[in-house]
Amino acid sequence: MDPTSHQFKENAKQALSNDNLQSALAQMKVGFVERRREAAEKIPEFDRLRDQARDLKNHTLANLDRYLERYERKAIEAGAHVHWAETAAEARKIILDICRQKQAKLVTKGKSMIAEEIALNEALEADGISRVETDLGEYIVQLRNEPPSHIIAPAVHVLREEVEEAFREEHTHLDDARRLSEPSDLLNEARAILREKYSEADVGITGANFLIAETGSSVIVTNEGNGDLTQTLAKTHIVIASIEKVVPTLEDASSILRVLARSATGQEFTAYTTFTTGPRRPEDTDGPEDYHVVILDNGRSDLLGTEFQDALRCIRCGACMNHCPVYHAVGGHSYGWVYPGPIGSVLTPTFLGVAEAGHLPNASTFCGRCEDVCPMRIPLPKMMRHYRQEEFDKGLAPPAARFGLDLWRFAATKPRLYRLGTRVASWAMRLAARGGSLRKAPLASGWTDHRDMAAPTGASFQDQWSARGGRRRPSAR
Amino acid sequence: MSEARSRIFGRVRAALDEAAPEEREDDAQLDARIAAHERGIRPERVDLDPPALVDLFVDQATKVNATVDRLADASAIPDALARYLASENLPAAFRMAPHPDLEALPWAERPALEIKTGSSDGADVVGLSRALSAAAETGSVMLCSGPDSPVTLNFLPETHVIVLRADEVGGTYEECWDVLRAKLGVGAMPRAVTFVTGPSRTGDIEQTIYLGAHGPRRLHILLVDAA
Repeated sequence: MDPTSHQFKENAKQALSNDNLQSALAQMKVGFVERRREAAEKIPEFDRLRDQARDLKNHTLANLDRYLERYERKAIEAGAHVHWAETAAEARKIILDICRQKQAKLVTKGKSMIAEEIALNEALEADGISRVETDLGEYIVQLRNEPPSHIIAPAVHVLREEVEEAFREEHTHLDDARRLSEPSDLLNEARAILREKYSEADVGITGANFLIAETGSSVIVTNEGNGDLTQTLAKTHIVIASIEKVVPTLEDASSILRVLARSATGQEFTAYTTFTTGPRRPEDTDGPEDYHVVILDNGRSDLLGTEFQDALRCIRCGACMNHCPVYHAVGGHSYGWVYPGPIGSVLTPTFLGVAEAGHLPNASTFCGRCEDVCPMRIPLPKMMRHYRQEEFDKGLAPPAARFGLDLWRFAATKPRLYRLGTRVASWAMRLAARGGSLRKAPLASGWTDHRDMAAPTGASFQDQWSARGGRRRPSAR
Repeated sequence: MSEARSRIFGRVRAALDEAAPEEREDDAQLDARIAAHERGIRPERVDLDPPALVDLFVDQATKVNATVDRLADASAIPDALARYLASENLPAAFRMAPHPDLEALPWAERPALEIKTGSSDGADVVGLSRALSAAAETGSVMLCSGPDSPVTLNFLPETHVIVLRADEVGGTYEECWDVLRAKLGVGAMPRAVTFVTGPSRTGDIEQTIYLGAHGPRRLHILLVDAA
């Protein structure tokens, strides 16, 4: 997809005035948060499990090359074809070549964010290959001809009535009298349509939550069972994964799985957690004849050894966006590329550059909830701050912001001037305030156009501090 | 091997060797780490004696909308299955995994049951499979693919019935892996291993959970007490 991250402000403005989107977001911001909290409370070890998951992934990343070699060796032993792609274009070409070789007409897809990252859908369509998304949320966004707005809940921005509308438009065989107003009706309709597609498909494509070095297995977790049907019934199964998905053993995968679903949907475990190793065995009566794994780098190796290496711990649970006040306000599409929310505000500038995506790390209140809930303890605010710095250093920040920051720096490095300035400003604000708040303030229209600004009610902290005999360290008392 | 592969490995190696040489381990250390199968933190909820662990399994499976029928011994399975199908208004017909444990059951006592075996063709209403193990911590049942356990049986029929013995219920996923390794040898995996935790579901329409998305609408576990 063509990124629109550079126009985040326009995207956000539109999102804020989109009533349907706002209703959908109002639902999600309560549900996900409560369910995750309940799941965490049910298991007293939760925070220790998070520490363990972080340490485990750090160890794996520090030895990534050797674990990938082990994974590859075991996967090939089990009959897998392992392909390596440096870029999105290479990954697309590998997948299209397999599809062409199989003369594929129909591809079924399980949910995969890497497929979005490499813009696989557009490539398949350009090649005349039909594609059916099998995850219900992905199917809904496919019908609506839009990208997913969330990494685990692709259609979280869509209201039930809009799902019905999309089904009526595309499923033209449907009688007008057929009731589709209940989610269960919609579910049954999707189930019936997709049933035919699974076995008709020449190629089934899924992502991978993990790759296991010990066994050469790929792991997917789904609630619907769509991923399993996709990879079992198509003649060829292609897994798309990225280099950081590898973990050493089945035990290690199990440890991380304990924090994945709990953080994502607040379930204790996903309905189906499947470990796949190679194609159908000679004695098997079902399963794909061919099993390919495409392992994508796409800039990830450049993060190793940098301050962004920690982002490679991400297990794509979505907890950061589920808890983000900015995501709650503007939704996933506003971020303008594949990964929304706090992790998107780190990954998008990483993959596309600060010039395209500089707005995203600025679109944060730094409230820190993302880091508080991240099961892999990724320091997301710190990374966003780093990109803000980079944007400033490269001269990409808007002139007004640069002027403001320069002015502030000038004052803040001169304590007397700073104190005088704050006294004057707070006096002026109190003078201009009506009923304790300001309707308008110079240089602050970005705030006051939308809401009142509270006027200061007393002396500044520093003045109060010295009035109470401050300036002393606690140890001196 | 491809050029892409060598360039990716080259970059990864160079970056890691420079950034954190002290965290790098050699081949022997990493192979030893893998071979040790070291377990992580064990959830304390599974610190129970065997009967209580089975109760926990039943409790957890029930919480995720599975139904569990506890049977005194395996010979009661045909009867229990026939009763279950009748109670759910399902036809007295099912597709059975060609597993020796299932084939050895006294099906002749329930001649009205119509039994097919093998992979599902998608038309089966009920599938019957045999579990290898189960993890009480989340009520998850472990199914391993093979000629005696077709994967299609686990996903295509609208009702999935699984036979599990009480002494096969372990505490954690790690215990399930040990059972698999004891059966197949270390490092060997069937094509597909699935932990099934309740019936298929989706939350993709307004985050409300609905059962029976693409896989089974019902998951029924026949839990047999005696070996």
